[in-house]
Amino acid sequence: MSVVDGLTLFIQQVINGLRVGSVYALIALGYTMVYGIIRLINFAHGDFIMVGAYSLFFTVPLMISAGMPAWLSVIIAVAVCATTGVLVEKLAYKPVRAKGTKMSALITAIAMSLFLENLAQTLFGANPKQVGTIFSLPMLLGFSGNTLLTILIGVVVMVGLSLYVKYTKGGQAMRAVSEDKNASMLMGINVNRIITRTFAIGSGLAAIASLMYIVQYNQVTNMMGTMLGLKAFVAAVLGGIGNIPGAMVGGLVIGIVESLSKAYISPLTGGIITSAFSDAILFGILIIVLLVKPTGIMGEKTGEKV
Amino acid sequence: MNDKKNRTRSLLVSLLGVCVLGVVLLLVDSFGGMDSYIRGIFMQCCFAVIMATSLNLVMGYLGQIALGHAGFMAVGAYTSALVTKAIGLGIKAGTIAPISNVSQFFIGMLCGALVAALFGLLVGIPALRLRGDYLAIITLGFGEIIRVVIQNLPFAGGKGLANGQAGQALIGIMKMNNIYIIFAVTVVSVAIMLAFVRSKFGRAIIAIREDDIAASSAGLNVTYYKVLTFTVSAFFAGIAGAIYAHRGLGTLQYSDFTFLKSTDYVIMVVLGGMGSMTGSVITAVLLSVLPEMLRAFAQYRMLLYSVILVIMMIFRPIGLFGNYEFSLYHLLLKWFRKKPIEAEQSAAKGGA
Repeated sequence: MSVVDGLTLFIQQVINGLRVGSVYALIALGYTMVYGIIRLINFAHGDFIMVGAYSLFFTVPLMISAGMPAWLSVIIAVAVCATTGVLVEKLAYKPVRAKGTKMSALITAIAMSLFLENLAQTLFGANPKQVGTIFSLPMLLGFSGNTLLTILIGVVVMVGLSLYVKYTKGGQAMRAVSEDKNASMLMGINVNRIITRTFAIGSGLAAIASLMYIVQYNQVTNMMGTMLGLKAFVAAVLGGIGNIPGAMVGGLVIGIVESLSKAYISPLTGGIITSAFSDAILFGILIIVLLVKPTGIMGEKTGEKV
Repeated sequence: MNDKKNRTRSLLVSLLGVCVLGVVLLLVDSFGGMDSYIRGIFMQCCFAVIMATSLNLVMGYLGQIALGHAGFMAVGAYTSALVTKAIGLGIKAGTIAPISNVSQFFIGMLCGALVAALFGLLVGIPALRLRGDYLAIITLGFGEIIRVVIQNLPFAGGKGLANGQAGQALIGIMKMNNIYIIFAVTVVSVAIMLAFVRSKFGRAIIAIREDDIAASSAGLNVTYYKVLTFTVSAFFAGIAGAIYAHRGLGTLQYSDFTFLKSTDYVIMVVLGGMGSMTGSVITAVLLSVLPEMLRAFAQYRMLLYSVILVIMMIFRPIGLFGNYEFSLYHLLLKWFRKKPIEAEQSAAKGGA
């Protein structure tokens, strides 16, 4: 293999990594925003992607038969996901948070994840479902158009979210609540409304992530959110959980690492560690990050209070 | 003094209770009530009980969520299966003196438990520097790593050892059909764990759960006790894994040990009550038997569990039993309304 070929392959892998990474980043944002506000690892977040994917599965054919562009169904998916997220928060997390401990909140999150997965299985069956084509773009500069579009959507959404969080009143309130709940209550911020809004935005991002995922894989199952969610979660921890730019960086890094490790780990280690270990490598990164710098790349250190 | 006497008597009564259970088992078995189906469910109860109680050590007594318990079970299962396979092959080749299935199983089980404990130690030392959410995540991460590695080890698939292939199920594992041995292993495991939480170590662990900073300023080596508990917990998960591997199907699949499997046991512990061995035992048995009885509702099972779990977290976060422990001795005392020392005689009569 010549150097040029090697370089092309490398760039190809990095672009693929960015595509997967932007999906991870959008999901990681949901984890991190919720964690920032209520200090809860929302295990059900991965399953919001599944909810979004199923709603795409049902609405894409409708859109096509109505003669509208298929991607418009993502609007419905965002609405469905946001509603699911808010319902989960209102029906399960909020009552538990009111009187339970941190542990019971975490268990509730796991329970909601199981609930969504099994509800989907009961309603739609366990077999994978094929979603119709949403985009079919031509190759561009030797890269698949769909891949580039996925990255573009990811970037646009991330920039939009950053602007929202930084410059709008709602975004400022969100940051204030995550900084200090009581103080922001005293400043006249309706904390419950902010929490609801955070869930809605986080889940909406998951719906967009599910669109990006489906463009690539065209498949929906009730368990699709588990592994996707776990990996995005690794990304959120890597970037510093609770930190919004951190989640974006973490997601992209995890995507690139996954793509590169799949491509290069086997030749680099002489076939001892094969690409099948790439998931183990991701979790290995998680463990190293947690041990070396639990606050992640961009997280801030907080002192321990007695 | 009296207290000590009571404790001995309580122990005797419990032993008697176990014997009664054993006799019931024997009667059911000798009247032909133990076909392979029932035996399978029984085995399932046994390893579920050990898994739930051992997870309860970490969740209930140490007060930390561990989401990778199935990983230790996998280590125990695969180690024990490979050991019994090796012994079996050795016997066939004539290099090892023939020994009974039961001794093979015990050797495999001990190896499995020890290797699982070693993994518990290796995982625990780094992981237990973290707490709460972070510990939950890191154990999840370790559990997944264990599964992925097993999935890709050449000897963990196919016929095992030399001629395996990654990604396949391990087949041809010895079948352990002696339910009395399994029952005894379960009872002894639970008894040891119960003794552990009631010992000096157990009290130290509970002190750490209540307030680790206070415990550490009282001179307890917090890290030591945390890692110790984690290792003990992993050891028993290894035993449960060994039972699982030899439960009579003869196969092991890496996909048996996913994150979902770990959450199964978390559900058992949480429903039963974190900090109640009684609760863990009862929910483990119930959640193993009920799905078999309610086959028709199988697809709604997990749906129901998750709803119950959420409702439980809202209305009774401590679980069904809280930290209550069932004691046959105290129950009998209550029934016969006698003073502790006298009650023992009537209790013995009642038990027999």
